Amino acid sequence: MSHYPPDAKWHEMERGGIIPQAGNAEEYHVGGWRNEHPVRDDESCIDCLFCWVYCPDNAVYVKDESVKGLGFSAEHCKGCGICAQVCPKDCITMVPGGDFEDAGDEPEEA
Amino acid sequence: MGKEIALEGNEAVAEAMRQINPDVVAAYPITPSTEIVQAFAQFVADGKVDTNFVAVESEHSAMSACLAAAVAGGRVMNATSANGLALMWEILYIVSSLRQPVILTLVNRALSGNINIHCDHSDGMGARDTGWVQLYAEDVQEAYDNLIQAVAIGEREEVRLPVMSCLDGFLLSHSYELLEVETDEAVREWVRPYQAINPMLDIDNPQTFGPLDLYDYYFEHKRSQMEAYPPAKEAIVAEGKRFGEVFGREYGLLEEFMTDDADLIVIAMGSTCGTLRDVVAGLREQGVKAGMLKLRAFRPFPAEEIAGALAGASAIAVLDRAASFGAHAGPLYHEVTSALYTFGEQIPTNNYIYGLGGREILPEDLQSVFTDLTQVAEDGQPVEPVGFLGLRE
Repeated sequence: MSHYPPDAKWHEMERGGIIPQAGNAEEYHVGGWRNEHPVRDDESCIDCLFCWVYCPDNAVYVKDESVKGLGFSAEHCKGCGICAQVCPKDCITMVPGGDFEDAGDEPEEA
Repeated sequence: MGKEIALEGNEAVAEAMRQINPDVVAAYPITPSTEIVQAFAQFVADGKVDTNFVAVESEHSAMSACLAAAVAGGRVMNATSANGLALMWEILYIVSSLRQPVILTLVNRALSGNINIHCDHSDGMGARDTGWVQLYAEDVQEAYDNLIQAVAIGEREEVRLPVMSCLDGFLLSHSYELLEVETDEAVREWVRPYQAINPMLDIDNPQTFGPLDLYDYYFEHKRSQMEAYPPAKEAIVAEGKRFGEVFGREYGLLEEFMTDDADLIVIAMGSTCGTLRDVVAGLREQGVKAGMLKLRAFRPFPAEEIAGALAGASAIAVLDRAASFGAHAGPLYHEVTSALYTFGEQIPTNNYIYGLGGREILPEDLQSVFTDLTQVAEDGQPVEPVGFLGLRE
């Protein structure tokens, strides 16, 4: 829940326009900007986590220091392609089209 | 008790900074303010202050570093002039938007081009909409006193705004004057310890500073920022009074010199007020009902107080040490006549642009203004919208 409700009046703003919370970028959804999306080949992936480190948003799911079996956040991936650029194993491909299924941050059942 | 010594304006400012002992100073040199930072850097090197001095590569970086240090929770100071201020432009707005009481000494100098290092107010006037409080000094004593008060004004709980303490380049910055310098203990006690509000280094209370702020909240944030300026006006008066109680020199938003029964009033800012004061006193001896309104606080603009001080005059002149290109008169003229109109005073008002790029303003120039005003008072209308003093024409 954001600190400010959408109908907050000017006199209800915090001094200096700060948000007295951390980590609220998660609430800002940029998925609508995307016109291509990443697809990872988990067999080539070595779990270096470069994609997670370099992602300028919060789009790369990681659990127990591994991205394998996890996808990307449809709400936070802008389709910028940085993850594909920085991957040392070239295992991420940017595929045309904004739509993809967000499977969440739980690993798929094998 | 303080002691009376002779200092240059820049030295007096550096002395005040040493006494205030800020947490961080980040600065880049530019004439005529260079000496302030040079002297202060020596205080740092000699261990006379606890300040973390950051030498940066530009004024944009200087103000950026000041902003960051202020958001982190420090008391922060800086000094610049003209083109240096222009390079800080982007960050000036962010400092005031984030409500950080950064203190900047602005040694007023003409903006290029052509290149000119001497005094006018084009730098300060250009920054009038940036959200900074602006104080203008008449002499070196006031430059020293204003800087100390700037700290207390900006840091008031209900204000929390950056303050520009302005003094005329060379005319004050490089002129030796006798002034009263207070003791370190008295100054430190007067400015009080700094208590940051919502400092970023308070890691137990993480917060987001300066986030993306689009059409959904930006307007509300700007409106709430506007709410800080009426308290800032009150703070200038209250701290000026408190300063007077402790050090014997009281200050306000403006100073009315022989205006009570004056027919002809001239309004000015900065060192010209010293010359104007003498001219007015001389005219009074000749029986002319002359007066001077010295504007100390340009931001927040004391519109109602100015209209009140001018009420009853027959003719007014506003002296602008800056041009506003494309406007029909100088920047101070617009503010003063707007104040008169808003508060119902219909007084014919002349505008004079003077002193650009350090051009001298002489007593006879100011006497000619009062001669004009005598005619304006008789005619009931301005002689011409904009006149020039000291211009070859």
